[in-house]
Amino acid sequence: MKKIIVLLSVIPAIGSLSVVNRVEPYIFGLPFIIFWATAWLILTSICLYISSVICDRQEENK
Amino acid sequence: MTSGRSGEELRFVNHVRSDGRRDVFDFCVSWSQRSGIPYGRSHYLYILRSYLHRSFLDFTPNLALCEKHNVLTQSDFFTKKYNSKSLGLLVAVIGVLSMIPYIVLQLKGFQIIVSEASYGLIPPTVAVWIGMLCVTVFVYVSGIHGSAWTAVLKDILILVVIVFLGIYLPIHYFGGVQPMFETLEATKPGFLLLPDEGLSISWYISLCLTIALGQYMWPHCFGASLSSQNESALRKNSAILPLYQIILVFILFIGFTAVLQIPNLQGGDTDLALFKIAKDAFPPWIVGVVGAAGMLAALVPCSMLILTAATILSKNIYKAVKPDTSNEQLAKLTRIFVPIVSLVSLIFTFYGGNTMIALLTMAYSFVLQLFPPLVFSLLKRNPVSKAGASAGMILGVVLVAYFTLAEATMATLLPKAPHFIQDIDIGIVAITFNLIVTLAVSAFTRKDQQTIQEEEPVKRIITS
Repeated sequence: MKKIIVLLSVIPAIGSLSVVNRVEPYIFGLPFIIFWATAWLILTSICLYISSVICDRQEENK
Repeated sequence: MTSGRSGEELRFVNHVRSDGRRDVFDFCVSWSQRSGIPYGRSHYLYILRSYLHRSFLDFTPNLALCEKHNVLTQSDFFTKKYNSKSLGLLVAVIGVLSMIPYIVLQLKGFQIIVSEASYGLIPPTVAVWIGMLCVTVFVYVSGIHGSAWTAVLKDILILVVIVFLGIYLPIHYFGGVQPMFETLEATKPGFLLLPDEGLSISWYISLCLTIALGQYMWPHCFGASLSSQNESALRKNSAILPLYQIILVFILFIGFTAVLQIPNLQGGDTDLALFKIAKDAFPPWIVGVVGAAGMLAALVPCSMLILTAATILSKNIYKAVKPDTSNEQLAKLTRIFVPIVSLVSLIFTFYGGNTMIALLTMAYSFVLQLFPPLVFSLLKRNPVSKAGASAGMILGVVLVAYFTLAEATMATLLPKAPHFIQDIDIGIVAITFNLIVTLAVSAFTRKDQQTIQEEEPVKRIITS
């Protein structure tokens, strides 16, 4: 399971910039590439928060 | 305290590899010396950071142990993990060498802000002296705990100022954010995108990797992590950090507005972009508030850097040379080193010129070389020996120094290679060789770092 998660997180890092490297369409007034960047800021925070909660639980169970 | 630092380095790498885009980036640095990421290219930073956090998740359970073993600095950490004082010394030297250009950078930013916000009333030279004295006094008065609330104050002030400017300026000049971007796309087509070569996608990704991995290797960031309350708090803090970077969106708004509104800034003048546009749009008192926020943004991290450098110099370098130094003497030495570090940085600020920017890029790649031994040391069974770690780090640092001084890049090294290889950041190349040598040497040397020696806990020097 852990390995699958790691592999999944590589995919956006390698592939997506070539796809999202564009200005159109504008979303919330932002060019697409900047919207994409902003979205990932928030998503990264959410992912990290979830993982920290999971970690805390694992420690409690020990 | 560690947030927002990465943008700055990215900015300075851009300085070095300048192209048509640099005005945006340059603009951002002048603002506050801390968060000038060209936003369209920054998000991978945060994705890649999550890897780092993975390693930190594994690392965090050791905090209690760190406390027990009196591990306060990065160098202490390596010394304990690899059970080698010389390895700790190596790490300490790399750390201090890398931090000086960083401090100089903050002072240079302070210099720009003070002389601009005073409308030229305070000459740059005097501004740097003021900054240096402020920082030194600040370090003496507050120590490490005092900077916490100042950091909060600084963050709030900057947040308010940047969000206000970022929303107001595009509306003021173009009627909104999207019209601003549309004007930009019409005047400079392709400006918002990554080009096919030069600052290309592979450049971007490799640089993000350098920054994401290297950021936590800075001694002051590393030390801050070690002084966290507990593991859970550290993890929660790490989760919030990316959110904090949303401020960069607004910085980009300001930057792009400046690109359109104040075109043709050349060379060092690009650093003045923020103040030029602020003076154009606002009365002097708002320029003053902007300047105050910027000054705090430059000085608070600066004090942290100087304190860390002074601590490492006394605790990890002086004591390694003279092991019989008492803790009282060390505390005294740290206080003596604070003004010395400030003065050295001051001299470089005056006489270093723009070479400091190149040096900072080099320093960033330097600290990156500490990453492999750190990650390996977090594994339950560390496959790396102290000889392997030392050899790898030394090779990495030498490679980076060579590339920087010879002004070589992957493009000059491999003129026939495809662009996606030529554009790879030099830090990543060095860390790859570092990794290979580390593992190769480790395969032939004995690993005895598992035996951690007990040591009497002593009072924290930096807090005394």
